[in-house]
Order: sequence, then C-alpha cells, then structure tokens
Amino acid sequence: MEPTTALPLTDDELHAVVDGQAAPDQITELKARLLADAAGQEKLAQWQAQRQALRSLHQEVLHEQVPPSLQQAAQQTLRVHETSGQWRRQVGMAASLLLTFGAGWFANAQWDAAAPSTANHVLVARAQLERDFVRQASVAHSVYVPEVRHPVEVTALEQAHLVQWLSKRLGKPLKVPVLAAQGFELVGGRLLPGDSGARAQFMFQSGAGTRITLYIGAVAASDPALAKDTSFKFETNAGVPSFYWVDQGFGYALAGQVPREQLMALSQLVYQQL
Amino acid sequence: MTQALLVDQIPSLRRYARSLTGDAWAADDLVQDTLERACSKWRLWLVGSNLRAWLFSVMHNLFINQLRQSSARTSMTLVDIDDVAHDLQAHGTDPSAGMDLQRCLMRLPPEQREVLLLVSMESMSYAEVAKVTGVPLGTVMSRLSRARARLQALLDAPAVSAALLTSENALPSGVTALHRLKSNH
Repeated sequence: MEPTTALPLTDDELHAVVDGQAAPDQITELKARLLADAAGQEKLAQWQAQRQALRSLHQEVLHEQVPPSLQQAAQQTLRVHETSGQWRRQVGMAASLLLTFGAGWFANAQWDAAAPSTANHVLVARAQLERDFVRQASVAHSVYVPEVRHPVEVTALEQAHLVQWLSKRLGKPLKVPVLAAQGFELVGGRLLPGDSGARAQFMFQSGAGTRITLYIGAVAASDPALAKDTSFKFETNAGVPSFYWVDQGFGYALAGQVPREQLMALSQLVYQQL
Repeated sequence: MTQALLVDQIPSLRRYARSLTGDAWAADDLVQDTLERACSKWRLWLVGSNLRAWLFSVMHNLFINQLRQSSARTSMTLVDIDDVAHDLQAHGTDPSAGMDLQRCLMRLPPEQREVLLLVSMESMSYAEVAKVTGVPLGTVMSRLSRARARLQALLDAPAVSAALLTSENALPSGVTALHRLKSNH
C-alpha cells in the first residue's frame, strides 16, 4: 500500500492491534497502514505499554493462597451445584432414556429448584416400573416360548383377528411388525394380565426354531408422569435378554435368546413399524 | 468439571476485583459477594455456557450496585494512600510502578476502569465485555478509547500535578498525600 494514501488508524483499529482482536491478515494490513501514521504509532506504543503494565498488575494475587472465607463461599456454591448436579445427572440419565420429555413434567419438576427429591422420586418410581415391566415380559417369554402345542392363543393364520382383538383389549391400535428381514415370522399372539391391565405378547420364530417375543402394554396408566418415552435399553438381568423401550405411554420389550446385536436390529425393526 | 472450573476462577476474580476497587479487603469482599450471589443464582447459569464470563457479570452487577448505593448514601470514605501503601506495595515486583498504575486506574470512571481491565488484564473479547457489562459493543469501544487516553494522560502527568489533580477532586486543602476512594463495603 502506498503510505501517503493510507488513512490514519481509528481508535477501534488501534485497539484491535493492541489487544490482538482481529484476524492476523487484518492486523498485518493495519500495521502496514500504521507505517504512515506517526501519531497512531505513538498511541499504539503507549497502549501496548499500558496493556503490558495492567497484565502484570497484582500478579502476586494470582499466586496467593485463596482466603478461607472465599474457599468457604466457593464450597457453599459447590454444594448447591453438586446437589443440583446430581439431580441433573439423574435427569440426564433419564434424558438418555427419554426420547422426549413431557412438557408438563419438564415445567413442573425439572426446573423446580425446590423439588429435586420429587424429581428423584419420579425417577426411582419409573425405574421400578421399568424393571417390573421387563421382568413380566421375561416371565411371559419363558413360560410360552417352550410351549409346543399352545405357544399362542391366536395363530398367525388369523392375524387380522389377532390384531383387532389385542388392539381392543389394550386400548391401542396395534400392528404386527414384519421381521422377515431378520428371518423371523409371526407365530401368533396372546393376551396376558399385567400390573396395570392387559398386555399382549406376539411370538416370532426363525427358520432355525429360535423364538422371540414382543411384549406390549400400557405403562403407568394411572400416572402419566411415569410413562415417558425412552430409548432402547438392553436388559439381561431379567432372565432372558431383552430390549425395552417406552413410546407414547406403551412399553415394549423384545426378548429372546439371540445375540445382542441381532436383538437390537430386531428392536429397531419393531420400533420403526409400530 | 465445573467444580474445578469455579475454584480456578477465584484467583483471577480476586486480582480483577483488587484492580477494580484498588483495595485488598474491598476486593475480597466483592469476590465473596460474587461467590455467594453465584450460589443463589446458580441455576441462571446455563450448563455449558461460559462460567468465567458469567461470574464476571455477576461481579459487575454487584460492583455497580455498590457504587450506586455508596454514592446514594455518600458513604464513600477517603483513605489516605499512606495508610494503605503497604497493601499496594505488598509482593509487587516494582511497588512504585504498580502503585502508580493502581492510583491512576482509580482515577478513571468505574465503567471505563472495568472495560479497560476486562480487555487488558482478563483478555476478554470486546463482545464478551459487552455481555459482561451489559452495554452495546459500541459503548465498550468508546469506553476503552476514553480509558486508554485518560490513563495515558494520568501516567504522563508528573506525580506532583497528579497529586494536585487528585486533591482538587474532593479533599480539603492541607492534605498532601495522595488519596483515593474506598467503598464502605
């Protein structure tokens, strides 16, 4: 740039150079213009010296031991934060299970600072419901899968009737997922009693004779706060490996003695179709 | 994670408060108030946002409130610089330079002092300073310009005239030592 045509730097431009708050090529350009700006150069030098002096002012405070009163104040803050942190982590755990939060619960519990224990209570209660649901699915699986003559009440031959019947009893339009892509065909289904009403079980079988069951039912119909959507959760402690999830107030558990990856793939097929 | 972060902020909050108030005790009071306020307002801090900037804005609000209260009650007390000279000199590598700089800083209007310190000492971006102090970016830039120009004038002024400048502000004649303002908080 021709020095004689260069404009003097504005204060803002000088600040940007002093504080390094511009892109490197901009700063290079500004410094080039500065060559023709004696007053700017002087100001720049002064401001740079100021900045340096201010940066070393009271440096020793940075290395001093923090006074006990301040440590205490920080501890107090930390305690509050830990409490809310634990509670947030629990909510976070739930959030990893939950695909969506119900707006009401969100407003009432999550941000209600006074009610962390309520939120905690909800989480504990929900975990208990989940365990119960998965356990019941597992029991139903274990009872009916070995059955040779009556594994199902209504067979796949009467699929339309089966779906209509179970939909009516569960109070929700059901569909039978197609799992042929994973090599499983519908055997049939049955109605079962659950904690809070009717449950349905669909049974599928692979060409090799492996059976898996899909257990469906309303969860916590009495307390909607406990029936939040969840993502897939793999459960092996209930006797038979299963994937469990909640979608729109209904719990689903897909159980079977198949590898986890295959069970996951099957669960995704089910989830996509229902 | 945030625990370590919070504790990590205390030294820089102390140094900033020290430079802002010019007084070790007032500074630690301000930091204490900041931590306590942070405690009660903790949920206003959004997880994942800038904890440091948030703490500085909490401190800014407290500092401004204190100034307003003090000027309303006209309870600013004048402290003879000789009484606190040991404070200012403590541990400094170059006590006279540090003392002089601090003295000049105290003669800047508080809002200019804040901006200058946040930018220079705390290396905050102009945008961050605007957020912390709750003013538009343009105001930050003009305060910074005025602060730097005024600080330079103060630093360049011979000590005697600086003393005269200070005493003409508020002091009865006959007081020869440098004076500065100290908040009651």
